[in-house]
Amino acid sequence: MRYKNLNRLLILTFFFFFLILPLGQILAQEDTLPPAPPTEVRASDTQNDNGHSITITWKLSGDDGAGKKDVVAYEILRSESPAGEFVVRGMVPAGNNTYQDRGAKEKEDKNYFHPYHDFYYKVRAKTLNSYSESGVAGPAQAYGQWFHLGKLPVFVGTLAFTIMVLAFISLARKGKKFYVRPLAGIDAVDDAIGRATEMGRPILYILGLGSAADIATIASFTILNRIAKKTAEHKTKIIVPCNDPIVMSVAQETVKAGYLDAGRPDMYQEENIFYITSMQFAYVAAVNGIMLREKTATNFYLGKFYAESLILAETGSVAGSIQISGTDEIAQIPFFVAATDYTLIGEELYAASAYLGREPLLLGALKAQDLAKAIVMISLASGAVAASFHLDFFLRLFTVQM
Amino acid sequence: MRREVPLAITAIVGFALIIVYFIPHPPFNHSRDFFEDLFFIIAAFAIWLGCLNLLKVNADKVYRQKKGWLFSVVVWFGFFLMVIVGFWEGRGFMNPGTTFYYLYDKLYYPLNATMFSILAFFVASASYRAFRARNKEATILLIAALFVMLGRVPFGYYLSSWLPEGWRLGNITDWIMDFPQTAAQRAIMIGIALGIVSSSLRVLLGLERTFASGE
Repeated sequence: MRYKNLNRLLILTFFFFFLILPLGQILAQEDTLPPAPPTEVRASDTQNDNGHSITITWKLSGDDGAGKKDVVAYEILRSESPAGEFVVRGMVPAGNNTYQDRGAKEKEDKNYFHPYHDFYYKVRAKTLNSYSESGVAGPAQAYGQWFHLGKLPVFVGTLAFTIMVLAFISLARKGKKFYVRPLAGIDAVDDAIGRATEMGRPILYILGLGSAADIATIASFTILNRIAKKTAEHKTKIIVPCNDPIVMSVAQETVKAGYLDAGRPDMYQEENIFYITSMQFAYVAAVNGIMLREKTATNFYLGKFYAESLILAETGSVAGSIQISGTDEIAQIPFFVAATDYTLIGEELYAASAYLGREPLLLGALKAQDLAKAIVMISLASGAVAASFHLDFFLRLFTVQM
Repeated sequence: MRREVPLAITAIVGFALIIVYFIPHPPFNHSRDFFEDLFFIIAAFAIWLGCLNLLKVNADKVYRQKKGWLFSVVVWFGFFLMVIVGFWEGRGFMNPGTTFYYLYDKLYYPLNATMFSILAFFVASASYRAFRARNKEATILLIAALFVMLGRVPFGYYLSSWLPEGWRLGNITDWIMDFPQTAAQRAIMIGIALGIVSSSLRVLLGLERTFASGE
């Protein structure tokens, strides 16, 4: 019995020292063994950039996504000489084989990336306990491109549209008459001004919250000029509260020019075009107060509007004013449609000045816009067909890389 | 000259910025930042212009005792109160615990929130007017809005839970939002994009020049 137990003890000891212990050591070593290194590392200038970036690509480690030596990330190291000290520039998770080494474009920035300077790169595959490095790639230099090829479709589109606009303007100069469909909102402008004149009440013109750099505000200036001219002819007061000092200055000049065109510069009153505040809801409170105190007969809301659009339009509705609105802010268009009498939807805001002026040159630009819309519609339909039949070359023609 | 110089500056800067958009190479990649800095400098000076105009217009109202002149007194009082408190507290005047911050947080901020919250009531009144079935288009809008509103709330889910998947109010809402709504929105966006390009060209070519005082 005693020998039997001793035998069992010896067998267990044998197993422990000669099988289990070595196996554990092998497994532990396996865990700290380096993974297979990334291969085929390439460093080259990043395309279509300003010359402060190099793109590094590599073939994934053989241990990426497999077994105990599973790679968790890749570190990208950079040096200014192949034998020099490599410093870590960045890290990407396992499964990725591209990294853009970017730097600042300002020389005073400590992260400035030298263009036209040789750089060498290594990629390090990392597991939880170990790592392995690729060979050195390079030298690579960063340099800026003289044309952004990714924006080629935008360039071609802009060029084609510009040629169309110039062609139609040229036709208009030669005396060709263009038909433009009537817009209810524009047709109502004369009636709205006439109503204010009959009632002896002022007209309120809101340019929105956009700055003078917004194209919607610029379009609104043009409409303001036409409306100011008409109000001068009708001897009706126009009030233009602004929420931006630059917009106010331009609006004052615009209204003054309208009065001048009407031959009534003496009627122009600068104090009617004034600055209130740049704060959104404080501006709304002030404008609402003006609407209710002055009992404006007609309100124009033309420009860039945000959350204040409905508050303004509903207050105007409560005050019993005729209201004409127009904005290029998609989210605000439904509010204006619901709360005002006439709405210029999106592009109609830009077209309004041409409609009001009826100048052949401006109408020519409008016709070019119509033709461009037709081309866009045909392209959309063709794109839908191409996508359905996997004709990728057609879709790539329109792909823009920023 | 008064008209030509601004138009020339507009055309040169405008076309330069268009070209810069397609050239990533230095020094062109810096020019956009340069023009933006110029704009901010002009805007900073314009703040003074705005403040002076605000004070002038409101002083005139008080002096002439125009309708609502008492509001102008409030504007003057509020303006100088904030300016004096701000200068008195010097650097860090906007930090929590300062009087300026207290006035902003306890006075301006609630007033601002009050104006914003009025929007909730105006949405209801505007919807009431918009969703009346006056004609064919308004009726379609009403029906679509009814589906969307019901499809967005739990009540709509319970109301149509007995229907097969795909025919429930939530599914109909998603369909309306994903297809007719998105299609209409994109059509408007394409029109806006073309309108912006067209308007920009008209400005750059000097066809529209009211912003430079006079046609």
